[in-house]
Amino acid sequence: MTDLSVANTANQPALDVEAIRRDFPILSQQVNGKPLVYLDNGASAQKPVAVLDAMDRYYREMHSNVHRGAHTLGDRATSAFEGARETVRGFLNAASTREIIWTRGTTEAINLVANGLAPRLQSGDEILVTQMEHHANIVPWQMVAERTGAKVIPIPVTPAGELELDSFHSLLNERTKVLAVAHVSNVLGTVNPIAALINEAKKRGIITLVDGAQAVPHYQPDVQALDCDFYAFSSHKMFGPTGIGVLYGKSHLLEEMPPYQGGGEMIERVSFERTTWNTLPYKFEAGTPAIAEAVGLGAAIDYLGSLDRKAMEAAESALLIRANDLVESVPGMEIIGTATDKVPVISFKIAGLHPSDIGTLLDQQGIAIRTGHHCAMPLMDFYGVPGTARASFAFYNTLNEVEQLFTALQKIQRLFA
Amino acid sequence: MTASEQDFLNNPLGTKTTLEDVLDAFEFLDDWEERYAYIIDLGKQLPAFPDDGRIEENYVHGCQSQVWLIHHFDEASGKLYLLIDSDAMIVRGLAAIILVALNGKAPRELLTTDIDELFEQLDLFRHISPTRGNGLRAMVSKIRDIAATEAA
Repeated sequence: MTDLSVANTANQPALDVEAIRRDFPILSQQVNGKPLVYLDNGASAQKPVAVLDAMDRYYREMHSNVHRGAHTLGDRATSAFEGARETVRGFLNAASTREIIWTRGTTEAINLVANGLAPRLQSGDEILVTQMEHHANIVPWQMVAERTGAKVIPIPVTPAGELELDSFHSLLNERTKVLAVAHVSNVLGTVNPIAALINEAKKRGIITLVDGAQAVPHYQPDVQALDCDFYAFSSHKMFGPTGIGVLYGKSHLLEEMPPYQGGGEMIERVSFERTTWNTLPYKFEAGTPAIAEAVGLGAAIDYLGSLDRKAMEAAESALLIRANDLVESVPGMEIIGTATDKVPVISFKIAGLHPSDIGTLLDQQGIAIRTGHHCAMPLMDFYGVPGTARASFAFYNTLNEVEQLFTALQKIQRLFA
Repeated sequence: MTASEQDFLNNPLGTKTTLEDVLDAFEFLDDWEERYAYIIDLGKQLPAFPDDGRIEENYVHGCQSQVWLIHHFDEASGKLYLLIDSDAMIVRGLAAIILVALNGKAPRELLTTDIDELFEQLDLFRHISPTRGNGLRAMVSKIRDIAATEAA
């Protein structure tokens, strides 16, 4: 094993990981008789006490339906709910809370946009995605393409797992209407140069959507600086509750788009002759929303805001450096996705071992990772693998946990020898 | 390669390697390493699977790895013989355990075998994720469907 100090290359104040781990009660448990090593953060991250408490307090002290009741609890619930919306607005640096739509998650947000843009699309139009997209940023576009006669075209990736920028430029043409791209790849960890892509698309009047699901656990995007038209993310990957996500959209596009679902809340007036829509953001929020979850997400963002982001990023990059250093300690191990700019995620294969075997035998040692196609089958096809094993780290993971992963992998290899 | 009748009859799992063998062995396995080393070894006993068997019709859906299953009903003895293939070693081992319990049996006898009880006896499900458990159940349910058809 390499010396610990090697990883501390940055001159930043170190993150007090032990103190942070105490904020996440779920981490201090045993699994299969071993201390839990949770390295499946890319699938879903764990929740700090601040989030658990905020949701508990909401249900104990202020729950009621929002925007409706003529009573105090209703006011409290509405104020907590809309307060969370303002927290999200601040997190993204959006111009207005009118541009912050609650959804069930990234998937629903992208479906909402694809559906909403359908009236703009015609036969022969092109929707540009990438070869590394999650199915959630492919299939909704395929569905709208089917309806409208548009085509979904992927930007290829390089063997290292970076976008082929030359191809991107040559794929842009007067038929390109939408660019939908992941900020960070869920499989490869690649951070895509979205600012440059958006800039290029803007010059041609192409509508841009960023799938930020894998970015927000690590970065704080500034949607005004990026100038993207849409930015979607899920709460549960950024240490908030499941069941809620966010769609940021520029108000002029949101105004133009038809509602996604009909029902309560999203209407202004209903009659059998004519129904009119509510204003933004409520036009896209039919039915009673996930109120406690919104409050929980707000608390997660506040919690992240209380941490030193620079120290957090330095700690995460130290985890990735350590993992990369240790790859050669496992003969036959190969990392899939070696982009220069990466979040702390390693997808890998080990010669002679099926990813599902690796996952099962790591679990026996208390280590949680994900195995399979990661909802990115086109990317699996590109690399010619049925799936990969993926360890995805969060700022609460330790260098020692990274080392435990590799010790466990060595053990597995001996078992198959 | 195509499987001959003999390939099915020669499958040692459920014939030469019996359920008693597996149950006895499991009693002496102390920890996960021994348990899985044994499961992996059992998987190595799966006979070669014919290339032309790897078609959609024989594919077992619901597993994380690729699993194929083919069968041969031996009219002379009235018994059902099975071959399973997978690209994952542990799945091969678990498939071997299923074959030890179900291979080479008369369809009606197979249908009365309580495989859940066996898994409980082996204490397998406790150590196997629900996702993987679903894969096992998918294999068993495909075998039972075949047996039901042959028994009809």
